[in-house]
Amino acid sequence: MRSNAAARSPLLIGTGGDSLREAFGRALVELAERYPRFVVFDADVAGGTGTHHFRRAYPERFFQFGIAEQNMLAAAAGFATTGLTPIVTTFAVFALRALEQIRLSIAYPGLDVKIVASHPGLDVGPDGASAQALEDLAAFRAIPQMTVISPADPFEVRLATEAILRHKGPVYMRTGRSPARAVFAGADRPLAEYPRSFEIGRGCVLRRGGDVTIVACGVEVARALDAAEILEGEGINATVVDMATLKPLDRSLLLECAERTGCFVTAEDHNVMGGLGGAVAEALTEAHPCPVEFIGVRDTFGQSGEPADLAEAYGLTGPFIAAAARRAIARKRGV
Amino acid sequence: MERERQSLRSWRGRGDRPEGEFDPAELSAKANAIRRHALAMIYRAGSGHPGGSLSAADILAYLYWRELRFRVDDPAWEDRDRFVLSKGHACPALYAVAAQVGLLSHSALSGFRCLGSPLQGHPHLGSTPWVEASTGSLGQGFSAAIGMALGLRFLGRKARVYVMVGDGELQEGEIWEGAMLAGHRKLDNLCLIIDYNKMQSDDLNENVVGLEPLRRKWEAFNWSAQEIDGHDFRAIAKALEWARRNPGAPSVIIAHTVKGKGVSFMEGSPAWHGSVKLRREEAMQALCELGASGAEIEELIDEK
Repeated sequence: MRSNAAARSPLLIGTGGDSLREAFGRALVELAERYPRFVVFDADVAGGTGTHHFRRAYPERFFQFGIAEQNMLAAAAGFATTGLTPIVTTFAVFALRALEQIRLSIAYPGLDVKIVASHPGLDVGPDGASAQALEDLAAFRAIPQMTVISPADPFEVRLATEAILRHKGPVYMRTGRSPARAVFAGADRPLAEYPRSFEIGRGCVLRRGGDVTIVACGVEVARALDAAEILEGEGINATVVDMATLKPLDRSLLLECAERTGCFVTAEDHNVMGGLGGAVAEALTEAHPCPVEFIGVRDTFGQSGEPADLAEAYGLTGPFIAAAARRAIARKRGV
Repeated sequence: MERERQSLRSWRGRGDRPEGEFDPAELSAKANAIRRHALAMIYRAGSGHPGGSLSAADILAYLYWRELRFRVDDPAWEDRDRFVLSKGHACPALYAVAAQVGLLSHSALSGFRCLGSPLQGHPHLGSTPWVEASTGSLGQGFSAAIGMALGLRFLGRKARVYVMVGDGELQEGEIWEGAMLAGHRKLDNLCLIIDYNKMQSDDLNENVVGLEPLRRKWEAFNWSAQEIDGHDFRAIAKALEWARRNPGAPSVIIAHTVKGKGVSFMEGSPAWHGSVKLRREEAMQALCELGASGAEIEELIDEK
């Protein structure tokens, strides 16, 4: 019997289209020549993190560690001491598995290791709670010397990938599994032509309005823009901030927004505890106390389902953000 | 002593490994000096891990005086051999040998475990640059050494990587993740030394979770293995030379040692593994058994 390889090879899910992880993998290939000191570490999930693009183009700069994240992360620390920059890629839950290695071996001596994790949040979808990291932003924020980034769309992921290569020191960056909506224009152009550069520690104002500020990261940025549209129809003007860097947080931008709008909504595909909402609340409580409403998963585990259905079920979509904005405005007015 | 320091400067200046014969009695004296300083540091700090510092002292003395290529005045020299103390709790012995070869000043030793001192309770790359990795959580230094070996090979550098783990440390799953990878990748620039003193914090290894058959475990992970008496300097020398001339596989030296080596009331007792507060009379007796003179005991114990 003749074998038919094409017919037998399975259809891989999510490796096409404009997911953040695919954008990340393609960006690595684009950046490889200009940044010859970085290599990629993988723990048997190259197909899932986007790094399969890099493995194909630069096999000598791709290190396979097998399914062994603890060893991979601590090895990345040793590798970095030789003057090279390992970009360690895995799923966000498996980065959590090696959290202590990241804390002691990488962050404590401040080594130049970049941890880039795909499959964060409910955006993971049908794989269910075991694969949906809703705790990573909180955990990584709590580690001293760690920079924490969660870009909004494929365009921003590509810019952020170059930014973390230019930055010295440990970084944790989230990508995303599912096809993502574009927030920024021009994602189909080659990297060098992008008009805007990504600056670590600077939020990006996508819309300006005086009634409320919505601060979002990751997939929630597109949904925050949906909410702003809904609110505009009601005569409410929202400022929307893409806060891609959770740490160090852009406190001066938050203060400026606090003075202009006087109330906030935070939105993230993450537990409401300790992530973006926590970061914003900490900063505002200290510098400019005002009402803050939190959109995120309310301290519970996720479950299987399509990402859009999960976002609806757990209250992460535009209408939920808009409702939170109305609550924040009412609190501001003392209603 | 002065002549010795000068010859040390000349070969350490170039980063060479000393050639020719050596006198085991001389190294034994150095190792006992390391033990004395380590115990004095633990006594003065009021805490620290004596048992594993004493069992590792002979191997550390050999490594730093005979095996490792490094430059005292240039700890960041790119072609240096790396040594990682993965059993970071034994750092009093590491700090003591570092002071002996000139990577640290002897006066710095008195800061061990004190606020503001670079000599942290477990080794830290950030405060002591000649330390190659921040350790103290078992298993991680071993993986870091694997990363160094991979990086050096990628860069085409000839430097070698040495890493010492404790026996109880082998119960960490991360060790076997790393063992599988290093064997698979045939990391022959990597040499692992197991300080096999048979004891861990709570009890004998075999009463906690047994390690045997240890040598066969490593061989099954595609490592080349040798077992030696970790207090016999000629055996240490031969094993390290064998490891250097063993292409195509990482090497492991299973060094049988005595926990608390050199101090009668510590030898063979797991109670002296953990962080302990040494009483003055215990410190004095230990230093005396390790060959300290009355004046040296006074100096070591009362140094501030």
